[in-house]
Amino acid sequence: MGIFEAILLTVITAATPLVLAAIGELVTERSGVLNLGVEGMMVMGAACAFIATQQTGSSYVGILAGIASGALFSLLFGFLTLTLVANQVATGLALTILGLGVSGMIGEAYVGQSGIKLPQIVFPFLSDIPFLGALLFKQDLIFYLSIALVAGVHWFLFRSRAGLKLRAVGDSHSSAHALGINVIRTRYLAVMFGGACAGLAGAQLSLVYTPQWAENMSAGRGWIALALVVFASWRPWRIVAGGYLFGAVSISQLYAQAFGIGIPSQFLSALPYLATIVVLILISHNRRTTLINTPAALGKSFVPDR
Amino acid sequence: MKKLLLALATTAAVIGFSAAASAADKAKICFVYVGSKTDGGWTQAHDLGRQELEKALGDKIETQFLENVPEGPDAERAIERLARSGCGLIFTTSFGFMDATVKIAAKFPDVKFEHATGYKTGPNLATYNSRFYEGRYIQGQIAAKISKNGVAGYIASFPIPEVVMGINSFLIGARSVNPEFKLKVVWANTWFDPGKEADAAKALIDQGVDVLTQHTDTTAPMQVAAERGIKAFGQASDMIKAGPQTQLTAIVDTWGPYYIKRTQALLDGKWETASSWDGLKDGILTMAPYTNMPDDVKALAEATEAKIKSGELKPFTGPLKKQDGSEWLAAGASSDDGTLLGMNFYVEGVDDKLPQ
Amino acid sequence: MRIELERRPDVSKLFSILSPFIALGLTIFFGGIMFMLLGKDPVSALYSFFIEPLMEVWSLHELAIKAAPLILIAVGLSVCYRSNNWNIGAEGQFIMGAISGSILPVVFYEWHSPLVLPLMMVLGMLGGALFAGIPAFLKAHLNTNEILTSLMLVYVAQLFLDWLVRGPWRNPGGMNFPETRTFDASAILPEMIASGRAHWGFGFAIIAAILIWFMMRYTLKGFEITVLGQSERAGRFAGFSSRKMIWFSMLLSGALAGLAGIAEVSGAIQQLRPVISPGYGFTAIIVAFLGRLNPLGIVVAGLVLALTYLGGEAVQVSLQISDKPIRVFQGLLLFFVLSCDTLIHYKIRMMWYDLTKTTGEGAR
Repeated sequence: MGIFEAILLTVITAATPLVLAAIGELVTERSGVLNLGVEGMMVMGAACAFIATQQTGSSYVGILAGIASGALFSLLFGFLTLTLVANQVATGLALTILGLGVSGMIGEAYVGQSGIKLPQIVFPFLSDIPFLGALLFKQDLIFYLSIALVAGVHWFLFRSRAGLKLRAVGDSHSSAHALGINVIRTRYLAVMFGGACAGLAGAQLSLVYTPQWAENMSAGRGWIALALVVFASWRPWRIVAGGYLFGAVSISQLYAQAFGIGIPSQFLSALPYLATIVVLILISHNRRTTLINTPAALGKSFVPDR
Repeated sequence: MKKLLLALATTAAVIGFSAAASAADKAKICFVYVGSKTDGGWTQAHDLGRQELEKALGDKIETQFLENVPEGPDAERAIERLARSGCGLIFTTSFGFMDATVKIAAKFPDVKFEHATGYKTGPNLATYNSRFYEGRYIQGQIAAKISKNGVAGYIASFPIPEVVMGINSFLIGARSVNPEFKLKVVWANTWFDPGKEADAAKALIDQGVDVLTQHTDTTAPMQVAAERGIKAFGQASDMIKAGPQTQLTAIVDTWGPYYIKRTQALLDGKWETASSWDGLKDGILTMAPYTNMPDDVKALAEATEAKIKSGELKPFTGPLKKQDGSEWLAAGASSDDGTLLGMNFYVEGVDDKLPQ
Repeated sequence: MRIELERRPDVSKLFSILSPFIALGLTIFFGGIMFMLLGKDPVSALYSFFIEPLMEVWSLHELAIKAAPLILIAVGLSVCYRSNNWNIGAEGQFIMGAISGSILPVVFYEWHSPLVLPLMMVLGMLGGALFAGIPAFLKAHLNTNEILTSLMLVYVAQLFLDWLVRGPWRNPGGMNFPETRTFDASAILPEMIASGRAHWGFGFAIIAAILIWFMMRYTLKGFEITVLGQSERAGRFAGFSSRKMIWFSMLLSGALAGLAGIAEVSGAIQQLRPVISPGYGFTAIIVAFLGRLNPLGIVVAGLVLALTYLGGEAVQVSLQISDKPIRVFQGLLLFFVLSCDTLIHYKIRMMWYDLTKTTGEGAR
């Protein structure tokens, strides 16, 4: 296996949690809700997945725990912003703080323990394809889920009736309501889906990336995921492109250092962020396409009138 | 009436005295941590030292701590709070607390302060440090013996003198066994980030290193090394559980003996300011058991450890050249502590550039 | 069973005042339960958290020190958010302001003069404003989303500071540790009152809050900000340019964040280090919302949030617990404050039966 494949393997592991959290947030935002609590939900997912795995001995139970904890945690956000109509930005930030605090508290007893890594699932014929086979068909379950989710969300949003309704809610909740769509319920489901995905992303961190629990182990990935949603102009497959671009630039700087390239490490570390800005400028300059893709009702609260 | 008053006064006096006495009974020893006491690394090691202190002198002292204190004005406030709450001796366990400790020490001349890894002292402010580099030297020797490719990987955190010292000492130790030994360095720019450390480990292993060492605190690199089947060294704590077939040894920070020593001095009224830099022989760091290596390598490691403890061997002893080729230490000459504490250059053979 | 919200015809004055207290009450209740579950006395825990930090003069000074950057940044952010420009990069502007203000004491360290300090403050504001100008430009002229650009630039600013402090600006006499020279006395922001450490950063915060409040309430500019934030179309009809507002609000909040940065570095830290902020720029976003984007409310919110930090430490010392329950407590407080604020705009009704079902009784 050459160095190029090795780098790509590392990039895949690094990009998967970003893609997962971002695709979930994409659905949430497409329904018009801005949930800034992705970091909190992700770290809760990581903690719960790890704890469940350690307690039961099965990493698959851990995955379920991660998903469930993310979804439940997001329910808290949903209740405040959808039922009590609290400000979405502030509530999302509060969710992040709470998530970091609670996960730290419940995970305290598990620090330093080595976890059970999720096993690889090998596809018999496909994995023998040179180059691509080793990269794509010998991965863990969560990677496959991430790709499946992106495909699924794309189909859901653009090919299904329910997805159309969700997009309608996100573009104009009052019109959707007038059409008889239950705006609040749609948004609740979208928020919970976002939470489940963020929780799954967290599970990837503590079950695949580094099978252990450490406080704040999400290390800002939730914020990157939020940025990725905007970067992708709320289109699912672009999330994959953005996530892998970001992951690739972040990882490459470490390989470059190991190779001996003498650029200051701070500059190399800044590259992914600068690259994101540059690409964003390039794809945003057409005002019309940007506006078409942005959910018009994003962040606005909705109260059904009687 | 008079009798009643007398009785009351006596009772009050007795209560007062016993309260004062019980307050004077137990000295309060306090700790300021930069990280979480369950971080599995730097701060946890300090907290283990605190717990040892409690076990040893628990009948005469009580301890208290503040964790996750950010460096800067928050640190000043945290230290002041401890000083005001009756602490007699305060240990501030991160370099970044230096100026905060200096300021508060000046404000509270009756309280004693000890700052870890710093260099500013005062009449009531001491500093203490550990000669981690002694452990790195031993690690370097082991690495050179174990490695088949002749290259080791070093996951470094930040380019501060302590880390540079470690890198240099590791390479010097390695080259004492194999003069052609090479070292690849990756700067993770973090003390504690499992994801980043794992990625750095992968980057190094993919480029051919077959021994890994780290100056970051999580077990992530050890896990990656275990997965990839190469050997690694643990850091700040014994990481054998993360790599039962992987860990060769680890530098374990054992602050307990030092804390006990200084607290006892305080209790005896003999506490004095000092700038101590203890090493293996003082027990401020210990090496985790040597495992996963052939017996002759183990024997070499133990012998080297003994030599360092006895003072016979000093890692930074010439002939040594700097990375730029200039002479640093002549044959037989040892470096002074001052140069080490401010170390900002590599020795010859390190494949990396330091920011100047 | 359903919860239904009925919008009040008018903002409830009663609840405007009551809601923070209800939130406080709920937090105390649930927080007390949490402490009990941890085996600690809830009364002393709550006393240490809320009352103890207010009892001593030195603690009040610490409160001001902690609150100052939060208030200063949040006041600027409130203008941004009211005009619908979502500046998330205040942390980066804080850092760049600190760097540009520190040029004088670090590079021109030989120059001592009463002019140094005011010049530093001005440079700090300029640096923060210019850095905020980048996302402003990208939004105004290249239609790029400012949330993302300002957020990405935070990381860039942090890495730039790290590089500066480890490289070109490293203190030659500092044993090669990553820090700049310590500032000369002429470059240190003096204390406001002799009884403690609180420096003039707090003064700036209060002055800024009052000025911005005045601007928002009594000037045409304030009206412009509010209108453009609520409806861009309406603003255009009134002759307001939303493009110019992007520049105005971002530059203003950048300047205030930059001022907070240089004030913090000059008053509290007195040198530059790799990390000069424990996340002020992000915490200020919360303060801005807790203060309901009103500068005077922000002053109170900033002080309350600072109190939770100080209280958290006091509880750690007095109860010997780790800091994790404290953070949970802070999160709970925020949650309750946000939920209770609903009561100001809406009446809550519990619907025990469903009116939407048109099967017979209850309908029509």
